[in-house]
Amino acid sequence: MSATEAFTLKGRMATLSVLEIIDPGQLFDQLDQRLGQVPGFFDGMPLVVMPGPGVDFSQEAFAALIDGLRERGLLPVAGSGVPAAVAAAAGLGVMRNPAGHERAEKPSPANNGAATGQPPAGGRDNPRGPARRVDQPVRSGQQIYARGGDLVVTAPVSAGAEVMADGHVHIYGALRGRALAGVQGDRDARIFCQSLEAELVAVAGQYRLSEQLPGRLRGKPAMMGLQQDELQVEAL
Amino acid sequence: MARIVVVTSGKGGVGKTTTSAALAAGLAKAGYKTVVVDFDVGLRNLDLIMGCERRVVYDFVNVINGEANLNQALIRDKRVEGLEILPASQTRDKDALTFEGVQSVLEGLAENHDYIICDSPAGIERGAHLAMYFADDAIVVTNPEVSSVRDSDRVLGLLASKTRRAEQGDAPVAEHLVVTRYAPSRVGKGEMLSVEDICEILSIELLGVVPESNAVLNASNAGVPVILEDGTDAGQAYDDLVARYLGEARPQRFLNEKKGLLGRIFKG
Repeated sequence: MSATEAFTLKGRMATLSVLEIIDPGQLFDQLDQRLGQVPGFFDGMPLVVMPGPGVDFSQEAFAALIDGLRERGLLPVAGSGVPAAVAAAAGLGVMRNPAGHERAEKPSPANNGAATGQPPAGGRDNPRGPARRVDQPVRSGQQIYARGGDLVVTAPVSAGAEVMADGHVHIYGALRGRALAGVQGDRDARIFCQSLEAELVAVAGQYRLSEQLPGRLRGKPAMMGLQQDELQVEAL
Repeated sequence: MARIVVVTSGKGGVGKTTTSAALAAGLAKAGYKTVVVDFDVGLRNLDLIMGCERRVVYDFVNVINGEANLNQALIRDKRVEGLEILPASQTRDKDALTFEGVQSVLEGLAENHDYIICDSPAGIERGAHLAMYFADDAIVVTNPEVSSVRDSDRVLGLLASKTRRAEQGDAPVAEHLVVTRYAPSRVGKGEMLSVEDICEILSIELLGVVPESNAVLNASNAGVPVILEDGTDAGQAYDDLVARYLGEARPQRFLNEKKGLLGRIFKG
């Protein structure tokens, strides 16, 4: 820290809308229709532009697409699934692996040949990063995110704190704050804690607030995971 | 080398300044050369609690700005040998505290003191951050109610991440919990959190419990650190707390209500 910092550089989690192009031919017609329903609503909205499965763009076509989006008041900021040169020519950056894409879609045979014939979208057999371990209490106002793997906390998570992981969240202590597992969309992710006193728990976007948690499990060891798209809470 | 101790809480009005004054007076009484620094620039209170408000000539900000030297600004306590006060400025705001200025003042104080007590302002902004940044030890003051405990939890998170020790990867700031305004009878009725609950939520070591007491208000009004009022419950609680801070084992005396004669007869 210094008295006169001109800037700070921080990693922040942010939500970006992803525009997946499924049929380039009809894109603008349908988009104009949608935008016409809520005039001005999408003005200036930052967008990540991503060609859908089987859709390919030449450099010129991609640049034309981006220009078209800009004319409609949208604000493309990055491309995903396009070569860096193509994105750069259209004045965009490249974003790798926007939330939900690679896990949710069919694994592409090119980089996951072994997965052919296996159920898609599982995610458990996807190569995962190492787990992140936290031994200090996670205090109110702190936010911890284990990107690409599991999170193991060997201390309490305070009210007002937030712990998140792409994989499972294990808390060997009381969970009093928020816990989010499978934040990139892994539906098999789970949350485990020794004492359930959470403000909010969520798995792959399905969440429950503290008042929706079963009272009989309050203060008890518990496990939370999805069953048929429903977030279930079980005793451990 | 002097030990820098920050007295902090997040929430206002929980007893930081009372605790700072008592801790400083207690350490000085135990024979350590001690200085207590008021970081609450703009809302100067420590001088009132210490009873030296009429002797303030120069203050912390004057020293930072080079308008006075440390010896001109330090006020020597008349009751306890080896106790000095560095008052805050009342006419400025927290932006008058600069990182380099605070650092150089603390370095100057470290040369001839054993303990530097930093009385933090409430909040988690600049003043509070600078008060905790250089600390070796932290006394976290909490009242037995949920919002105070939540704020203390937030401050503990900052102590673990936004201090010099955290940034340089040294041993972490040693954290001590002080629960003030504790009323065992109200805990019994479920109106206040118990010490056990607070310790469990914050998961740090308990240094001491100070009972809710008229003695604190009386001492503040009189400008006497309450620890110097030997006959009072709060004074004794702070005396125990300082002894424990210095490594002595003393039992917690104020966790249960003292029953009066009638209470004992009827044994409620």
